[in-house]
Amino acid sequence: MNIRFDKLGVVIAAIVAYAAFAAPFATFRANRIVPGQARSILEALPATTGTLLLAIVVAAALIALFRTPLVLRLAASVVALAAIALLIGVAGTFLTPAGNTFARVSPASGFWILIFAFTLLLADVLTRLNLSPLARVGVLVVAALAIGLLLISGSWDNLSILKEYANRADSFWAEGSKHVTLALGSLLAAVVIGLPLGILCHRVERLRAGVLNVLNIIQTIPSIALFGLLIAPLGWVATHVPGAAALGIRGIGTAPAFVALFLYSLLPVVANTVVGLAGVPRAANDAARGMGMTDRQRLFGVEFPLAFPVILTGIRIVLVQNIGLATIAALIGGGGFGVFVFQGVGQTAMDLVLLGAVPTVALAFAAAIILDAVIEMTATKRRVETA
Amino acid sequence: MKAWLPSLLRLALVVLLVAFVTNPGWFEPLLKPLTENNAPVIYNQGSLLTLTLLHLRTVLIATVAATIVAVALAILVTRPAGAEFLPLSRSLVNIGQTFPPVAVLALAVPAVGFGEKPTLIALFLYGLLPIFENALTGLTTLPANVVEAARGAGMTGWQRLTKVELPLSAPIILGGIRLSVVISLATATIGSTVAAKTLGEVIIAGLLSNNLAFILQGGLIVAALAVLIYDGLSAIERYTARRMGREAE
Repeated sequence: MNIRFDKLGVVIAAIVAYAAFAAPFATFRANRIVPGQARSILEALPATTGTLLLAIVVAAALIALFRTPLVLRLAASVVALAAIALLIGVAGTFLTPAGNTFARVSPASGFWILIFAFTLLLADVLTRLNLSPLARVGVLVVAALAIGLLLISGSWDNLSILKEYANRADSFWAEGSKHVTLALGSLLAAVVIGLPLGILCHRVERLRAGVLNVLNIIQTIPSIALFGLLIAPLGWVATHVPGAAALGIRGIGTAPAFVALFLYSLLPVVANTVVGLAGVPRAANDAARGMGMTDRQRLFGVEFPLAFPVILTGIRIVLVQNIGLATIAALIGGGGFGVFVFQGVGQTAMDLVLLGAVPTVALAFAAAIILDAVIEMTATKRRVETA
Repeated sequence: MKAWLPSLLRLALVVLLVAFVTNPGWFEPLLKPLTENNAPVIYNQGSLLTLTLLHLRTVLIATVAATIVAVALAILVTRPAGAEFLPLSRSLVNIGQTFPPVAVLALAVPAVGFGEKPTLIALFLYGLLPIFENALTGLTTLPANVVEAARGAGMTGWQRLTKVELPLSAPIILGGIRLSVVISLATATIGSTVAAKTLGEVIIAGLLSNNLAFILQGGLIVAALAVLIYDGLSAIERYTARRMGREAE
């Protein structure tokens, strides 16, 4: 039997070799803004633990390098990721001098590259396993639980990003809930307005080009400009419309951010509603008409269910885009995780940037996986029903 | 609507845009009502023309780099030798799109410092995804009979790629480039939060000094550039699509 290499495995093994032996695993700094000193795996961990981590990483890379059964590759990637995640916490404790509250230990390039390499392996295995939508959501839940467990157990408490968190625990959750409210609230408003608008555009052809053109042009306005431009009209509304200020409408802050996100969200919702409705087979509509369905019955009983997966795709685009764009709301006092990102950029404190960026990426990623699964489920259901 | 009306509007927009960036002073009376307390009406910490050109240069460099890499990758994974990477590259593209631009910018700063570089990195990464996706669609949905005919005519793999597959996919790849340029034009403004010289500078100056005229002029120049470039690329796309006998998306 000859030994065969796995093509992706060659790439992964090369990345792992570089990250494990040539790149620093952790960075040590005497305080949060001075330049750091690099520490390799063996320097960052107690001798036996460091050797153990190297052994695990090398073994997992070898499993990736050759053509091995999928289950083995799955196990290798999961074990390697778990070991790296656990031991970066150990490195934090090991490198921090006892009783020193200023010293910061943060994951360095080697850590991130190792995580990237084994996530690549895991993603490849999961893609090849061709998981069902529900199973994919299951994997996401298990991963989220594992990370949550690591966070609660306190094994990462000596890492710099969690020290930043500890200093700001209250505002972290407040900004987080603002971020989610902004992203989800503007999506909800866009669906409530965008769906009827899309249906109207589908029915009235003269309206279609005009509405879609206007929405297209809104998309070309850079987000920071649109956020800024809404300050003036909303400020005017707040001072001149009775009751508006009581509702929380102000020139700066959450209100312009909400309206800007809402405006950006309209195009994907309206456009996908139009495309979805246009894609309803003529035969289905004719059959419904022949059965004596009214326009309203036809819309809710036939057209809408058939167009649903396409509309959902629009909603997925909007949600992922909104979670990212909501970070910019911080520039106009709208809150959200962007607050930490921009504070961090201002203070050149990268741990603070990470405190804002990591949850944003995680939220967007989870939203994408969950909605992709839902879309696939509704689309297959539709195929089964129409078959 | 008369057929010449859109072209006339476009021409008017070009004239207006050029006039504005070269002679912003002419438009001062128009923007004056937007400022308070005698604040400057036209951005005065740098020339709008220079910023516009720097903005375009940043987007151009990032898009050219992204196009080369994305098309090369798409070609690689659609060859028999790279076919193993196809499913994974699809999921990676999906994952990549979930990273918010601000996060990419902020995280690139420690690696490359403030200024144009982190912006180029963020724009490059964002530009990759739409182009790669469209190049994949183009290369995997070629009419089978044409590819067969090329093979039957004795063309080598390289000849098939350069003479048949790439020209036939060109309109769809161009569609991806168009999307990516429009996204990049808007995203480049965010680059100014990490000190890149783009039109975002004007907008951010407006946000910081509460000067609506600044925000409006910065935003409108970017939007006008985006609309014009989008239109221009759509026209090129339709032209190549007609030549290739494929419907543009």
